[in-house]
Amino acid sequence: MADLEELYREIILDHYRSPRNRGELPSPPAQRTEGFNPLCGDEIVVTIELTDGVLTDIKIAGQGCSISQSSASLMSAAVKGKSVEDVHATIDTFKRLMLVHESQLEESDVEPEAVDLKSLGELAALQGVVKFPVRIKCATLGWNTLAQALEEAGA
Amino acid sequence: MIDEARVRAQFPLLKRELHGKPIVYLDSAASSLQPQRVLDAMTNYYEHSHANVHRGVYGTAEEATNLYEGARRAVGSLIGAKHSPQEIVFTKNTTESINLFVGSWGGANLGPGDVVVLSIMEHHANIVPWLVLQERLGFEIRWIQIDAQGELILEDLDTVLAGAKVLSITAMSNVLGTINPIAELAQAAHRHGAIIHVDGAQSVPHLSVDVVDLDIDLMSFSSHKMLGPTGIGVLWARRELLTSMPPFLTGGGMILDVRTDGFIPADGPARFEAGTPPIAEAVGLAEAARFLEELGLEEVRAHEEALTAYALDRLFEAFGDDLVVHGPRNPDRRGGVISFTLGDVHAHDIAQILDSHAVCVRPGHHCAKPLMRHLGVPATARASFGIYNTQADADALVEALRDATKLFA
Repeated sequence: MADLEELYREIILDHYRSPRNRGELPSPPAQRTEGFNPLCGDEIVVTIELTDGVLTDIKIAGQGCSISQSSASLMSAAVKGKSVEDVHATIDTFKRLMLVHESQLEESDVEPEAVDLKSLGELAALQGVVKFPVRIKCATLGWNTLAQALEEAGA
Repeated sequence: MIDEARVRAQFPLLKRELHGKPIVYLDSAASSLQPQRVLDAMTNYYEHSHANVHRGVYGTAEEATNLYEGARRAVGSLIGAKHSPQEIVFTKNTTESINLFVGSWGGANLGPGDVVVLSIMEHHANIVPWLVLQERLGFEIRWIQIDAQGELILEDLDTVLAGAKVLSITAMSNVLGTINPIAELAQAAHRHGAIIHVDGAQSVPHLSVDVVDLDIDLMSFSSHKMLGPTGIGVLWARRELLTSMPPFLTGGGMILDVRTDGFIPADGPARFEAGTPPIAEAVGLAEAARFLEELGLEEVRAHEEALTAYALDRLFEAFGDDLVVHGPRNPDRRGGVISFTLGDVHAHDIAQILDSHAVCVRPGHHCAKPLMRHLGVPATARASFGIYNTQADADALVEALRDATKLFA
């Protein structure tokens, strides 16, 4: 049960109940990209507005479980207003947080190497997900969709 | 009456624990558990009789062939087939059975202007093969719709079936639990000159099914949902129909003769069983079919219907309007498949929290996305019963769900 409480931290439930930056930006001019998890049916729609190398606005639409929805909500709050370079860096850091090998799960007191949790701010709340490998794809759906949106926008 | 303790004692997996708690297995619609005698039959085959079938003349090869061919009779007996040795084809699973039927019969019989009728509650296995063939051959697909109770709308059935060549439909929905009136549908299809193929994956393990009484033409089902092993499925087809169907998978074992400029296919089920078949799995499936026949499908149904009624009552008692159960409310009209949503707790989160209580359910779209779109729900949690489940399992489900609602309160 301790693991379950670590998964469903208050901040995650809060972002699930009251998702930030919810909706879609008019597209065009915004870049609109859809992400799917065909195994469970979760869907995320990311629309982003880029101005002079800065991600000036982002909206999240779609539906799914508390982990996929809260992760996308936390992501939107974390990247809004950042330079494209910083957004890429945040995506990389978050994905490294999720890339924990099962062998590391045994030693739960060892923090995954090279991930500065402080730099993640509220996003660090999602680290409980790595103890539930099946749910990692829920947590990364929004991030992969954002990465794809940036790529499609040529940023 | 089913002796619950005696039945449960025969399923070794029920003895294990998950997260330090006794397992509560409520995912039989996805895959059932196996009784010890099924596992023993397979082990015994490997330890004493293993050889390839239909080839060797030595003793064990003959034993293996007899066990494999005998499995057709055991399976045929369970579903009331008249000519099991000529009518039971072994495949990999229900999905392959349907692909065989659609590819072989559909490929030879369908073209522009023809009509195929499906229902909106079908599993992807009974949708995608038709869509693939439709791209190639350009026929029309019509869909039988469902009402608010999750039952087929049959008032305009004659209009839907007009000009149809085939009706392919599930006997029991893997999402709604709805039991469809197959005999009535078969009559209607035949009246319009169409044949009827039944997806029996969910019905064969839980209901008394007699293909002759139902007057159907083909039926597909899987071993692993009926207490048998994975890796083997069944296509039953009326003898005359099967004889008329061209080969599907091709290679060794499915021919009478091969020359450099052509081949003559074998007759009967062998025509559709290219390559070394799943022999041990057929032995296990036969044992599972005998086990079900000994229990009696009427008894199995009575047990599961009573359990479904109990579970629905307990669930609504505990959660009232927060609980939405899709499919018929009347246990008489449905099998032991309960798909639900609970307040604003997503199905994945429900399943995750239930897992911490060792309660195994399935979240998601259950390979029935057209149905889920129709219902307007992206995902449900599904608890499904087997012959080994008891009221205590339903109670455990309710208690674990209370925990989920607390966490998300």
